[in-house]
Amino acid sequence: MPKTLAEKVYEAHVVRSAAGEPDLLYIDLHLVHEVTSPQAFDGLRAAGRTVRRPDLTMATEDHNVPTLDILAPIADPVSRAQIEALRANAAEFGIRLAPMGDRDQGIVHVIGPQLGLTQPGMTIVCGDSHTSTHGAFGALAFGIGTSEVEHVLATQTLPQYRPKQMAVTVNGELPPGVSAKDIILAVIAQIGTNGAQGHVIEYRGSAIEALSMEARMTICNMSIEAGAKAGLIAPDQTTTDFLKGRPHAPQGADWDAAVEYWSTLRTDEGAVFDAEVVIDAATLSPFVTWGTNPGQGLPIEGVVPDPADFADEGQRKAAEQALAYMGLTPGTPLREIEVDTVFLGSCTNGRIEDLRVAAELLRGRKIDPGTRMLVVPGSVGVKAQAEAEGLDTVFLEAGAEWRGAGCSMCLGMNPDQLKPGERSASTSNRNFQGRQGKGGRTHLVSPSVAAATALTGKLTAPADLEMAGV
Amino acid sequence: MDAFTTHTGTAAPLRRSAVDTDQIIPAEYLKRITRTGFEDGLFIAWRTNEPDFVLNQPQYAAASILVAGPDFGTGSSREHANWALLDGGFRVVISSRFADIFRNNSTKSGLLTVVLPQDQVEALWTAVEADPALPVTVDLQARTVAYGDTVVPFEIDDYVRWRLLEGLDDVGLTERHLGDIEAFEANRPGFLPKAQPVA
Ligand code: SF4
Repeated sequence: MPKTLAEKVYEAHVVRSAAGEPDLLYIDLHLVHEVTSPQAFDGLRAAGRTVRRPDLTMATEDHNVPTLDILAPIADPVSRAQIEALRANAAEFGIRLAPMGDRDQGIVHVIGPQLGLTQPGMTIVCGDSHTSTHGAFGALAFGIGTSEVEHVLATQTLPQYRPKQMAVTVNGELPPGVSAKDIILAVIAQIGTNGAQGHVIEYRGSAIEALSMEARMTICNMSIEAGAKAGLIAPDQTTTDFLKGRPHAPQGADWDAAVEYWSTLRTDEGAVFDAEVVIDAATLSPFVTWGTNPGQGLPIEGVVPDPADFADEGQRKAAEQALAYMGLTPGTPLREIEVDTVFLGSCTNGRIEDLRVAAELLRGRKIDPGTRMLVVPGSVGVKAQAEAEGLDTVFLEAGAEWRGAGCSMCLGMNPDQLKPGERSASTSNRNFQGRQGKGGRTHLVSPSVAAATALTGKLTAPADLEMAGV
Repeated sequence: MDAFTTHTGTAAPLRRSAVDTDQIIPAEYLKRITRTGFEDGLFIAWRTNEPDFVLNQPQYAAASILVAGPDFGTGSSREHANWALLDGGFRVVISSRFADIFRNNSTKSGLLTVVLPQDQVEALWTAVEADPALPVTVDLQARTVAYGDTVVPFEIDDYVRWRLLEGLDDVGLTERHLGDIEAFEANRPGFLPKAQPVA
């Protein structure tokens, strides 16, 4: 029977299946960070268990880490305790840790691919919902809760139910200035924040095949914002080119065997999806969100919607609550919304390519004097690469802040937060109420819209800059 | 995990859809390294900023069943959202649709999530708004939600139900299949990566 890519990867990892029980799935790589792991390690200790495969487990510090003065002790005692707990647990259980200051440190979903640990056909989990990012390589990668973190630490497996299959096909050519972020925001706006619930999404079609690995990661990253279990893309030449020579990529005969296996990782002709969405890339434009969930987005040429126009009562109420929180009036052109903060970073858009795109727009220009822009590379590796290319100078000369690596203002667990009432254009993935700081208001955007917005102080597409006289 | 068989308590009507995990408990409250003590962060923004928020109303202060709009628990994988609800005195959340990770976490943490059709959720909202002291019984054995003269059946996966009724720990169950895990490991391809540092 013809199979989808996700079904192939799933089936290759079933350790045991029995009627009336979930399948037991083997996990090839378990990524760990400080926020969702301490209670899991405590559970192991309490039961006298060990970590079954420390060699398939890697930990990093990302959510709490400051992005300034990273070598000084963390000022917040609770954040510090969480980091210290991870360090003690990694040492006790023999797990590799990339601590602050280490060349391999960074956001967990940035370092896996960067090190070449993320490879096609693998199962990858992490106590973090954006684990779907790793699906860009054709891996089945998904977020888990702390009880499951403990389960994987103890057994290297997880009880799982077979997910349903959804295809999101994007054909055609993206217009200039439109990027992967706009594709995924458009998909979520179309299907809703629970549109893919219970499904693994496979992104396919000529527009997806044309994307770089960084762009594919941006798309897979936000699968969870559509409620999906995971998102993935079939590996191809772009994937193998990205992996070749990375520290953990296979070498010699192993490389050849791996590449041969990877070439089998595609959806068979005639495989059946439970749901399908088709999008024409040529119709897309830069997308921005106006509300408080990632599905509340529109093309930037639009206006703030009127809740009265939503036929569904739930959606109408959600829109009313969102506009009240966001302090927006129906009918306001999105391009007239003024921001005071621009955040470029996160596991969605904190990779080298994202920084390059933004730097290109900022080069030789100055950001709006009333706007602050934080540039936070996704990892120490990304930071070093950007500095080697002189991007740090471009950002600094434009008036932006150049920070250390971490999650930063994506969720404001460290000091990088919006103040009540402040408004950001952010390249991260969630515009939930208070996500970037208590009372903060978030508009999700692509890196190029973030840069253009920093230049004008209002939500701006790169194509608008000339008209704006910037 | 505590076993769950049946629970009787009062219910709080949370008339909101797509309640995300950042609303259930914001990131700054996730810094504890224990499994308990998360009640301070539960719905903290709404509790602080909205005087008429349902959990600020004294008649719902002792509620142990939360009845929410569709798409409850979207967003992050934080099991802290489950723990905060448990710490805040809730044993059951009822909604017409839950986000997957939240629901999955609830089966591990001992918080029962019950899916009812939206019209049944609305009927329950109306009933507990009319009488906040109305006892509501959620019976996992019988798979029913009962209040006043109404008894509504709900569906739940047999395996999940069995685990909850017995209060069984997943790790212990999986350890019974160690032989299968070892056999699987013996056949994993040699080209798969190891996380240990490479020179
Ligand atoms: S960057 Fe944001 S979304 Fe990504 S792992 Fe960090 S907190 Fe989560």
